[in-house]
Amino acid sequence: MEKMPAWADAVLVPLISLLLAAILSALVIIGIGEDPIAAVKLMVQGSLGSTYGWGYTLYYATNFMFTGLAVSVAFHARMFNIGGEGQAMLGGLGVAIVCLYMPWPHWSLALIFATISSAAFGAAWAFLPAYLQAKRGSHIVITTIMFNFIAAALLNYLLVNVMRPAGAMDPATAKFPEATHLPTLHDMLAPFGIAFSKAAPANVSLIVAIIACVAVYFLIWRTKLGYEIRAFGHSESGAKYAGISPVKITVIAMLISGGLAGMMATNNVMGESERLIMNATEGAGFIGIAVALMGRSHPLGVFLAAILFGFLYQGGAELALWTSIPRELIVVIQALVILFTGALDNMVRMPLEKLFLMFRKGDA
Amino acid sequence: MSVMKKILGGAAALALSAGALVADPAIIFDLGGKFDKSFNEAAFNGAQRWADETGGKFFEIELQSEAQREQALRRFAEAGANPIITTGFAFATPVEAVAPDYPDTKFVNIDGWMPEVPANVQMIGFQEHQGSYLVGMLAAMASKSGTVGFIGGMDIPLIRHFGCGFAQGVKAVNPDATVIANMTGTTPSAWNDPVKGSELTKAQISQGADVVFAAAGGTGVGVLQTAADEGILSIGVDSNQNHLHAGKVLTSMLKRVDVAVYDSMTAGADLETGGFTTLGLAEDGVGYAMDENNASLVTAEMQAAVDDAKAKIISGELEVVAYYANDSCPALDF
Repeated sequence: MEKMPAWADAVLVPLISLLLAAILSALVIIGIGEDPIAAVKLMVQGSLGSTYGWGYTLYYATNFMFTGLAVSVAFHARMFNIGGEGQAMLGGLGVAIVCLYMPWPHWSLALIFATISSAAFGAAWAFLPAYLQAKRGSHIVITTIMFNFIAAALLNYLLVNVMRPAGAMDPATAKFPEATHLPTLHDMLAPFGIAFSKAAPANVSLIVAIIACVAVYFLIWRTKLGYEIRAFGHSESGAKYAGISPVKITVIAMLISGGLAGMMATNNVMGESERLIMNATEGAGFIGIAVALMGRSHPLGVFLAAILFGFLYQGGAELALWTSIPRELIVVIQALVILFTGALDNMVRMPLEKLFLMFRKGDA
Repeated sequence: MSVMKKILGGAAALALSAGALVADPAIIFDLGGKFDKSFNEAAFNGAQRWADETGGKFFEIELQSEAQREQALRRFAEAGANPIITTGFAFATPVEAVAPDYPDTKFVNIDGWMPEVPANVQMIGFQEHQGSYLVGMLAAMASKSGTVGFIGGMDIPLIRHFGCGFAQGVKAVNPDATVIANMTGTTPSAWNDPVKGSELTKAQISQGADVVFAAAGGTGVGVLQTAADEGILSIGVDSNQNHLHAGKVLTSMLKRVDVAVYDSMTAGADLETGGFTTLGLAEDGVGYAMDENNASLVTAEMQAAVDDAKAKIISGELEVVAYYANDSCPALDF
């Protein structure tokens, strides 16, 4: 018997965690002599109060959906993929190669191939850690972290020495050609008569991210492979007994995970900066871990958690713009949310479970 | 749809009314943060000096993410800030993209490069290789072992540019000198990693270096600290860092970002735009720092030799090769 009804597990626990994080954040803001209510208003207004704010919130959310899904898929096989950052960087390289060195007649074709290429690059970057884990038992957490640094070094080398246009100081590739520029939400919604902010970076890759959410749902819960991944995650020996190859599942789950992380590049590289810059991923790979934890590794949960983190990012930016709250404290606020929803999950869960059990006894 | 229009209209009205009220300058600090003891802090000091002297106020933001570059530019432009000053080469592309949308706002970018400068943008660059050349000469003259070190931040062309000028200065004094060059890292955290800076310094000391030049933002704090602890000389960068370890810091390669910011804010809306400003030795945009903290370290002969070179560089008699010229350095391999 479950200790708690499903709705309490999926909704109540994160909600209470969020509330606790909000209260603590408010105390922090009071501590530095600012008004927490005004700060919250500014955050909500700035991130959800206009199509401009939404555009940024959804842009960040798109990044986090991809990396969150990447971490989730690996979680289902009980693997901790910390390498989303590096895989997304390599995904960016895949996008840049497709966009820069091939002529495209239309963005839609470019997007399809860029998606495939970014996924392939991301997956390739996850392959070696996966192989080492499956065959040699090298711990995936360690190897994927190390691969993040190798990815950064590789990208640095390529951008400084190979792909940088002559004369430019910025270690970045040239701008992608016009034909590969993805339509933003402004362009997409204009035909329907909806005036969406022109400046916001949210773009068509949001749709790709949503498709990826649905696809991951079907993969994990509606296919044989998904069943095998989950079975392997629950019990390796059980899976073996059922004829599931641990090597195969480890490698495949990590390839899918790396591919999803790599696909993030369609949003930040192709959709936003429209060129490959050195610092393109800026931590989204790590935020993905928090998003997956908070979303309980379920695509719907990941989707919602990604939007929450998008809100925190964009709201945080607004705070930094219009108040004197230093950016370090904004990071503290974001970290509190991660701490409560991810790490301190049981602090909320256990008392809640007890509470529900008490009520149940009362019923009986 | 009408709701959406109302919201947008409201936002626009807000932006307009804000624009009518204020015409303060704005400054956007790059990802290193404004208190990096170096580049961004120099910019902040310039802005602060302007504020103190005029009693004016300025908008400011420290960036947290790449996507915020355009966002911050647009938000400040819509709020009526003028001019909007950006620090760091990474701003060149966003400024280029945003500036045409706000023809009445003036933008300044320090350190950046763009093929064509829009009419309302002013690019300010520094001849870092000239200043680095001079401190390179000082390093070679102060070195007893004939081995000097260079510690860069992130491995990017700009930092190679520093290192290249430095190495040329060293070789000009002592053609047999060895220049050891290390970069702190390949991620932006390389700008703020004093521990790694300290380790690199120790590694260079073990290879015989007795003067190290740090061009690494906040990482340099660790370099200067370790050099002082280990009893060798160090050279600071961007701001005058001689005072950090009095008597242990040979000199600092000055890059007067503060002056560039101060001048831009003083000019305000009348700022001349549409081109490149290059600040070198002749304009006192770069140089080496002399004060009471390093007076005992730099002898009169050393200073005379450096001042002679400085005059020659200004007159064009001596040319320091820029790394950008052909993406390679005659005196140092990276």
